[in-house]
Amino acid sequence: MTATAEKQKPAGDKAPGAVPTFTVTLKIQRFNPETDSEPHWESYQVTVHATDRVLDALHQIKWEQDGSLSFRRSCAHGVCGSDAMRINGKNRLACKTLVKDVNPDKPITVEPIKGLPVEKDLIVDMEPFFDAYREVMPFLITTGNEPTRERIQSQQDRDRFDDTTKCILCAACTTSCPVFWNDGQYFGPAAIVNAHRFIFDSRDEGGKQRLEVLNDKEGVWRCRTTFNCTEACPRGIEVTQAIQEVKRALLTSRF
Amino acid sequence: MQTHKYDVVIVGAGGAGMRAALESSTRVRTAVLTKLYPTRSHTGAAQGGMCAALANVEEDNWEWHTFDTVKGGDYLVDQDAAEIMCREAIDAVIDLEKMGLPFNRTPEGKIDQRRFGGHTRNHGEAAVRRSCFAADRTGHMILQTLYQNCVKQGVEFYNEFYVLDLLLNTGHDGVEHTAGVVAYELATGEIHVFQAKSVVFATGGTGKVFKTTSNAHTLTGDGMGVAFRRGLPLEDMEFFQFHPTGLAGLGILLSEAARGEGGILRNAEGERFMERYAPTIKDLAPRDIVARSMANEVREGRGAGPNKDYVLLDLTHLEPAHIDAKLPDITEFARTYLGVEPYTEPVPVYPTAHYAMGGVPTNVETEVLRNNTDIVPGLFAAGEVACVSVHGSNRLGTNSLLDINVFGRRAGIAAAEYAASAAYVDLPPDPTALVDGLVGAIRNRESGERVADLRRALQETMDRNVQVFRTEASMKEALGVIDELKERYAHVVVQDKGKRYNTDLLEAVELGFLIELAEVITLGALARKESRGGHFREDYEARDDVNFMRHTMAYRAPVTEFASGPAFADEVRLDYKPVTVTRYQPMERKY
Repeated sequence: MTATAEKQKPAGDKAPGAVPTFTVTLKIQRFNPETDSEPHWESYQVTVHATDRVLDALHQIKWEQDGSLSFRRSCAHGVCGSDAMRINGKNRLACKTLVKDVNPDKPITVEPIKGLPVEKDLIVDMEPFFDAYREVMPFLITTGNEPTRERIQSQQDRDRFDDTTKCILCAACTTSCPVFWNDGQYFGPAAIVNAHRFIFDSRDEGGKQRLEVLNDKEGVWRCRTTFNCTEACPRGIEVTQAIQEVKRALLTSRF
Repeated sequence: MQTHKYDVVIVGAGGAGMRAALESSTRVRTAVLTKLYPTRSHTGAAQGGMCAALANVEEDNWEWHTFDTVKGGDYLVDQDAAEIMCREAIDAVIDLEKMGLPFNRTPEGKIDQRRFGGHTRNHGEAAVRRSCFAADRTGHMILQTLYQNCVKQGVEFYNEFYVLDLLLNTGHDGVEHTAGVVAYELATGEIHVFQAKSVVFATGGTGKVFKTTSNAHTLTGDGMGVAFRRGLPLEDMEFFQFHPTGLAGLGILLSEAARGEGGILRNAEGERFMERYAPTIKDLAPRDIVARSMANEVREGRGAGPNKDYVLLDLTHLEPAHIDAKLPDITEFARTYLGVEPYTEPVPVYPTAHYAMGGVPTNVETEVLRNNTDIVPGLFAAGEVACVSVHGSNRLGTNSLLDINVFGRRAGIAAAEYAASAAYVDLPPDPTALVDGLVGAIRNRESGERVADLRRALQETMDRNVQVFRTEASMKEALGVIDELKERYAHVVVQDKGKRYNTDLLEAVELGFLIELAEVITLGALARKESRGGHFREDYEARDDVNFMRHTMAYRAPVTEFASGPAFADEVRLDYKPVTVTRYQPMERKY
């Protein structure tokens, strides 16, 4: 009925319009604290289509080879932020990474994101990440009486923080940051991105409080501008630039 | 087993659940239980906007919005509910703005609005700019804003707690009341009982019944399934919306906003075929009409591509800067997943299963109905899991984001007010019996069938037989497959026998809900011998108001045997409920 029916045809099908298939090896870091003392690597071979994402390959393994392989996922198109993982050494969303684009000639390595405790296989404890997020007061702070209608904001003022509204809290940026790996106390890029989203919102009056939090020794000054975060962001947010803008706001008290 | 006690327990942390939590948690002690982290919920995938007659850019009023909603739903909408939704829409949008939602703005700095399918000025004269939006990530911004405000208010969440049962017990008045829920904690495999005076179901939809869908993997109809197993009815389940513009072959959603901003659907010959099907509003006709027109183009051999199995969404006449400003995410989806550049190439699209119009029946106060007239005291539902019914047989674009905000808010208030005045009802004896049986039976089975094999068979038959076009023969074929799957489900096995994050077990449980709901959808569709909104019968092409302008109510006997896991219904009984008509008598639906 639909074009997806095609995906069910056997590998190597040469019908017109068929998507080419190829075989690839995934080398996945496995760890189940119920049974393992240390993480270990396991390899799996799967046949995938050129349009398949790494998430499709992981599903194929889980559904056809080893049901115990555990990972989080939901929307499968890069908007829910569940499936950030380290693929060939780089943080990416498994649902936004096509297998053909990560050099399938060699085994593709898949590990959990770094710097957060591993709960099982590719699942990490997200609580420390959300704790840092909550600490920057990621919500609109206003004083005085509420207007009866919407607050007025020019499109130009709205554009000022557009980039940082895209964040899906996947943690790809924070867990790509060497400072975060070495010092779990550092807020990390994602929390600063979410502070930026409010500091530069013309409707917000909580900038001072938030900047005080970020001026802390574990705040923005720990950033070493390695740009890993910007590279890791699946939403294309200029994370390092946002952090720099927060630093500048602290120095000049202008935002 | 752990036991917890709250005034209100909200199940689900998407838009409806969190909007309810913001109201309930300021009034009484409230917990939110969610299968996912709140920000992973599928509200975040909604793109185009939320309609409200703000009249910020042109004349508009909520009565026109109500009319469009009723007509869009092909007169199966309960008109009292639609009036409430469209009237409260204005405050719902303003509330979100005050909470911080970054809407796009007009030159005067007001909330900007754009056109959307089926939304018209003065009862169908022309398309109207009614949808309030934040680029093409309005749902994302709603989900983030609601979560941010939950953080601000200190709402108590139980993340990755999967609710598998609803507890009911007879109160002193001899009536069955809500007593609480039972949840499975994913991190530990532990079973928790939550005693509550009020329970709000806000668990979302069930798109994974189909193979090609815009829905998340996690949208498996859990709330509908849990209620149904306890003997509560499901309303209008045969009405499922197929969104016209899914990425071909993948089902990933490309917002109707693409057409609202000027995009055009074309067949292989380059023809703007919607001019033939909806001469007045063309590409902005409601979704059921556009989806059916697309499928018809393909069926009659005018599909594009090597297999002629999709049509094309053409944005190439739009300025790239305009596309970047208004449609950045969906154009990136086309680039990422199909390698198509929307600035210069048309995007292959085909209808994708998108939204359940039906669900757990409620009244306008969001109280869950146990039959056509009586409620279940203490039980509430809002959002896609519920059927109030504001969408009738076809939901208009943007009305889902509106629904979750208006009825989510109402549910939070109603649940808290009920809890403030009611007493706890005793937990039933052995409250975890059903969940113990369900989880135990699957986990302890040593050999059998794979979950993925059964799920694929289910989704393929639903796509083939119960999609945009339906016939008696196609649905009987689907029911044959479903019957077989009900047998086979008694033998599903999981490889993961552990307690921690056992997602293998989770998928097996979800599959049980999918099979059960697929049967209800198909039986309702088979019995409805007419075509209306999202339900199109090739063997009964006309709408039949005499016999079918009524809601379907599906019932099964409640599960009583728990030891080997809840069994599927031997029989699903169909009954009917009248449609509430206030000011709009049914008319022929032309656009």
